[in-house]
Amino acid sequence: MKYLLTIFAVLLFPLNVWAVTVERVISPGGIEAWLVQDRANPVVSLRLAFEGGAELDPVGKSGLANLASSTMDEGAGDIDSQTFQQTLADQSITLRFDASLDLFTARIKTLTQNLDQSMDLLRLALTQPRFDDEPVARIKSQIISGLRSDSENPGQRAYDALFATLFPGHGYAQNVDGTVQSVEAIGSDDLKTFVRTRLTRSNLVIGVVGDVTPKRLGLLLDKTFGDLPIKPTGVRAKDITPNVTGRLQVIDLDILQSTIVFAQGGLKRDHEDYYVALVMNHILGGGSFTSRLYQEVREKRGLAYSVGSSLYPMDHSALMLGSAGTENARVGETIEVIRAEWARMAAGDVSQQEVNDAKTYVTGAFPLTFTSTGAIARVLVAMQLNKLGIDYLEKRNAYIGAVSLSDVKRVAAKYLRPDALDIVVVGKPVGIVPSP
Amino acid sequence: MNKFVVRPLVARIFALIAFAAAGWSASASAGVYNPKTFWLDNGMQVVVLPNHRAPIVLHMVWYKSGSADDPAGKSGIAHLLEHLMFKGTPKHPNGEFSKTLARHGGQENAFTSYDNTGYFQTVASDRLEMVMELEADRMTNLVLRADDVETERAVVLEERNQRIEGKPGARLREQANQKLFPKGHPYARPIIGWRAELSALTREDALAFYKAHYAPDNAILVVAGDVTLDEVKRLALKYYAPIPSRNVAGPRVLITNEPVAGGETVLRDARVKQASWSEVVIQPSLTTGDVSRISALEMLSELLGSGATSRLYRALVIDQGIAVSAGAYYDEGARGDGRFGFYAAPRPGVTLDQVAAAVHLELQRLLREGLDEGELARMKKRMMAAAVFARDAMKSGAWSIGGTLAAGHSIEDVEAWPERISAVSEQDVLDALQAVLDEPRRMSAKLLPNGTGDGT
Repeated sequence: MKYLLTIFAVLLFPLNVWAVTVERVISPGGIEAWLVQDRANPVVSLRLAFEGGAELDPVGKSGLANLASSTMDEGAGDIDSQTFQQTLADQSITLRFDASLDLFTARIKTLTQNLDQSMDLLRLALTQPRFDDEPVARIKSQIISGLRSDSENPGQRAYDALFATLFPGHGYAQNVDGTVQSVEAIGSDDLKTFVRTRLTRSNLVIGVVGDVTPKRLGLLLDKTFGDLPIKPTGVRAKDITPNVTGRLQVIDLDILQSTIVFAQGGLKRDHEDYYVALVMNHILGGGSFTSRLYQEVREKRGLAYSVGSSLYPMDHSALMLGSAGTENARVGETIEVIRAEWARMAAGDVSQQEVNDAKTYVTGAFPLTFTSTGAIARVLVAMQLNKLGIDYLEKRNAYIGAVSLSDVKRVAAKYLRPDALDIVVVGKPVGIVPSP
Repeated sequence: MNKFVVRPLVARIFALIAFAAAGWSASASAGVYNPKTFWLDNGMQVVVLPNHRAPIVLHMVWYKSGSADDPAGKSGIAHLLEHLMFKGTPKHPNGEFSKTLARHGGQENAFTSYDNTGYFQTVASDRLEMVMELEADRMTNLVLRADDVETERAVVLEERNQRIEGKPGARLREQANQKLFPKGHPYARPIIGWRAELSALTREDALAFYKAHYAPDNAILVVAGDVTLDEVKRLALKYYAPIPSRNVAGPRVLITNEPVAGGETVLRDARVKQASWSEVVIQPSLTTGDVSRISALEMLSELLGSGATSRLYRALVIDQGIAVSAGAYYDEGARGDGRFGFYAAPRPGVTLDQVAAAVHLELQRLLREGLDEGELARMKKRMMAAAVFARDAMKSGAWSIGGTLAAGHSIEDVEAWPERISAVSEQDVLDALQAVLDEPRRMSAKLLPNGTGDGT
């Protein structure tokens, strides 16, 4: 059966799906990047990621990685903030930094003719950011404005509360953007220390797609990243098992529709059952109009506009995470339906046809994201971060193809915990009794 | 660069149109996307945009009708019908469309705007025939059960709760639009519909809209990705050509010169933590105006409002330090009138009247002093470079051209964009600004926390 399924998947999505060839480029100085050459347009996209993100923000200074990401492109070396931004605009260079819980990332999109200049600006921003008073104060005011607005955003409130409960005392409990107080407390010394100690060669991965040869890229890698410190210094994040206990929290907000988020422990990206869980979750609550949660909550009962669940692997933990939005009077019914679907899957009520359909979706939907150089560069970075191997694009269909009905039943029974879902409701839900 | 732009109060309604505009950019001589196009005998236009990077294809059908075509008292019906289009046909009943597509690894969605409605799928290119068969089938064979309509209406009410009722800025936008357009004008109503009218929509309302607007002579097919013109021709002839045209009534006239209420709309809500101000002015669109004025307005919005180096951001956010965000935008693609808008959100201790005054001071300064040396050339260079990036993304051309055609404009309006932008002079930009300032049809909107203050 396994072989039959694999063949079926291959027939539907032949291997030549990967018109792209991934090359490993090692610079003369030993810096590695993965490259897909694409000469269709005179454009180059580069993405990079440093492992370690907002989870490492010091206590009392949460939001540090995020503030650094928003201010590193506001002047570097001899170039002040306005000149730096004006140069990017005039040369049509996109250069952006971003922080998430686990990562600090950057991306460049440029015309080939401006690639050298783009990489030089990236080098300056990574190694000599100025953090002048005016831009830092300005960006802080923007972040604080966003945080104040977030305090009324039901989704943001719900996820903040959920993560604070699941990861007590860990960096994962902190909001990436920080708090009003913590952002105000960050000084330019903190930003400089962040850049010096965290953005280094050993925790860096790079993906490049577009109109550039391996040789030219190799030389640019040395010029751009050669001066970075070798290794990060300071604390490392610790692994943490999410503290899931089946609590139901209610956060009072005067709105018509309640936001419901729910979570339980999940599987990390390198777990041997990861692909089985991916197929199982697709059937339960994954991203199409056919999942059980979508059908039961939205199509049959009209309870919600959006509902779904997803695997949420992190570097130091893992969750299965879901959400729904429904009018206050129907929160109880919605939670009941979600729990019932969770329980039905855990009990092994799943068919061969559902597994087959989920597998063709999960294999078929993946290449659909390959619609621009930037989108492909993002996949190259993820492949390296997750140590999936340079041949992952060819092998992925086989990983999914190997998932069997009995695998799905086994994994559902082993990991799904319908009675231990941690739930946060933000709104004015009717008849919901929070856990003590 | 800031990532926390406080969103303009009005611009988000045009999310789709704004997206199309971003792709409207080009290298000076060669057109932008170089699409291929032909018509079926039943009046359906077909556009093909080959792009062979990956063996995937984007298939879109646009109907030239949207919420602006909702009958009076039935606001929200175009959007409710869009949801109902997934229910089934005799040949593919019970949501089989989505199930089949998902089984083949495809992704899909649909949208409703004021001017048009669209359905789109991305699939492996060897599945194109399958999606075309499904989409052509539901163009004429939709079956609706009464209980399906009831359930879906509940879903859309939840969508309204999620998008509008829970968001003070969205509620303000609904109120303000009533002052920007004459009483009874379709643009004065929300796309999703007024709650009371939406709650009363029936199966018959949905079917009436379906019969009036869903026909090949009111539709455009756009296929982008790993396909050839010949292949699309073969499949379109097989699946769409047999559908008879229905002599659909021409588009409702949305242009109006009637006076509007205008003035100021204020919404106070305890949940507002960042005050903001915006102003919207009626301006020409591709439907109403001459193209040189439209190009000048596009340049003006780029100059004033696009990003961290724009005039308004520099003046209010950097130099004066009185705002967290400020900018401008222009929507030229509408079937009806176009809109030019300004917005700003103050820093703590600054009032909305202060940021509004600062925006207008900056406009006056531009009018008085003109552009800086080389500023126009730099903007043009930037706008031309954007064309190359637009071609990099498979979706840009399909959205841009589909949206333009579905608003009643032509492929040439997209493809000639580089020449139009190249021809804009400094005086054109200043004349456009003067026209924006002189236009009486305008309204401003203030979003404020509870209390009596004029800021946060």
